[in-house]
Amino acid sequence: MKTQTITFNVFRFNAETDYLPYYKNYELEVGQDDLVLDILNRIKWEQDGTFSYRRSCRHGICGSCAIKVNDKPVLSCKVNVLELVEQFGTELTIDPQDKSRAIKDMVIDKKNFWEKYDAVKPYLIADVEEHPDKENIVSKDEAEQLLEADYCIQCGSCVYACSALGVNEDYLGPAAFAKAYRFNADVRDEAKIERLEIVDELGSGVWDCVKCNECAEACPKEVNPIEKITKLHNQLFAENVAAKNVASKHAVGFKHSMEKHGLLDEGELVRYSEGNLGVMKHIPEAITMFRKGKIVLPWNMPKSKNLDEVKKLIKSSSTVEEYKGSK
Amino acid sequence: MSNLKYALFTGCTARESTPELMSSTLAVAKKLGIELVLLDEATCCGASHLQDFDEFLSIVMNARNICYAEKHGLDMVTICNTCQLNTAEAKEKLDNDPELKARVNEKLAEVGLEYKGTSAVRHFQYALIEDYGLDAIAKKVETPLSNYNVAPFYGCHNIRPSHLHKDANMGENPYNPTSLDRLIEALEGKSIQYEDKNSCCGFHVELQAPKTANRLSGSALLGAKDADADMMVTPCPLCQIRMDVQQHNISKEVGRETHLPVLHLPQLIGLALGIDQKQLGLKHHVTEFKAK
Repeated sequence: MKTQTITFNVFRFNAETDYLPYYKNYELEVGQDDLVLDILNRIKWEQDGTFSYRRSCRHGICGSCAIKVNDKPVLSCKVNVLELVEQFGTELTIDPQDKSRAIKDMVIDKKNFWEKYDAVKPYLIADVEEHPDKENIVSKDEAEQLLEADYCIQCGSCVYACSALGVNEDYLGPAAFAKAYRFNADVRDEAKIERLEIVDELGSGVWDCVKCNECAEACPKEVNPIEKITKLHNQLFAENVAAKNVASKHAVGFKHSMEKHGLLDEGELVRYSEGNLGVMKHIPEAITMFRKGKIVLPWNMPKSKNLDEVKKLIKSSSTVEEYKGSK
Repeated sequence: MSNLKYALFTGCTARESTPELMSSTLAVAKKLGIELVLLDEATCCGASHLQDFDEFLSIVMNARNICYAEKHGLDMVTICNTCQLNTAEAKEKLDNDPELKARVNEKLAEVGLEYKGTSAVRHFQYALIEDYGLDAIAKKVETPLSNYNVAPFYGCHNIRPSHLHKDANMGENPYNPTSLDRLIEALEGKSIQYEDKNSCCGFHVELQAPKTANRLSGSALLGAKDADADMMVTPCPLCQIRMDVQQHNISKEVGRETHLPVLHLPQLIGLALGIDQKQLGLKHHVTEFKAK
């Protein structure tokens, strides 16, 4: 069988004995069927028995062997090494999901993952009769409303790839939101409003998603967490839970602008979102931008051609009522 | 290279806060002999926010924009990553969900339009690289950028999610994108390697979470600066405006002066092609760019 020599730069750290982490190189012959987990096993079994990593099912379902290769989140037991070589070349860097949370080599402390997960009440909440007369059957269509959010294996790939979470530790993050959606979309569940109030919080909730799509890219089960974040936003408006604040008004403001100009009125969007008082803090930037010819004055605001058509279309295609705000 | 012709969806920023993107795009296209038909009928794409309020409306409005490219019988090019993402997302949904397409077309029919799915949607960056070609661009270079260290900043919405973009972005690896690097090298500049070239600038939470946005932008700007960049270049006007205009706030948040000019991609190309700086609109930058 044809093999290729690959250099693996492997993150090594033992929180009990090491002050700083370091990288150790291992050169291994890699065959076409080798998975990343095979490499981790060979390093431990053939090179250094102290090398530590989590693994269990070997079938892409337990979620324990998630790591990063050249910054790409991977489930070790699912990803072929030579496919990674094709993407990144013959030197591969093997890291834990979050280097700052490393306990020993690939093993990290996932406490923050579970705390965020717990915060959205990730379980079915319903009054269930002790002796029901009939089965509580969920139809196929109702089950499909979950949009496969129930495929999540809690591997943490999305959470440790999330841009917002990297700089805001309060943010609940993609896995928790995908799970909140999973139960909010479940016809048997009765805690939808309660969860929506949790995810509506500024600073920790869905409004702090930066829309980078790292979670969609990272998920090995194609849960597409950012799609669920959008759905939670939709539920916040549909259930009238969204507090009227800069974030919710920002989303609504796009519709107002498009109704009026087709294009976005950038200045008015900021004013509408922030309110007349809140907008004051943007005045220094506005002055600078004005001086640099970056602000279009209201009477010069460009409009889309065929604006009547745009107005008609927005009127007939709107599916959400004008938002008044819950608080 | 001849006969390249596209329908240009400018998005909103190019017509408002980044007029330099509009003028430099048109100047570069003209210099390369690429014909761009402006889609003046197009509306805002919803910028990934309208869908949070009304998803169906967002799809209808993006479908309408594409209709106008189809009417011209042309493929659409975008000059904003977020326009690219929103348009491509709507297109993917419409092309793979006949029921949705029928519902959307029912609405469009009320204004005499029909979405067919005949126009491809690509960012101008990739149309240039794929159709015009890096070698052909290199041949047009009049003032090589050999004095400049340029930090490419790819912008999220051209590279993620990769399954959506793969046909439009030449299969760019979101964890190791290289097209901008190669383009910079074709212009004879030096492309700078730094960790955050494929990271997020935080634009979309600038109002509600300025701290998040400033930390993300700050990390990218400082990373580029520490790698000895003279400037940053990006295909996305949202990344550009955030990192050009907000540097005083970003510096405050990260505790270090970030001062680094951020150019739009067509401005960088234009500099190398010898296009007059006035046409490239460099005077519109808040963090000033000075030619070496």
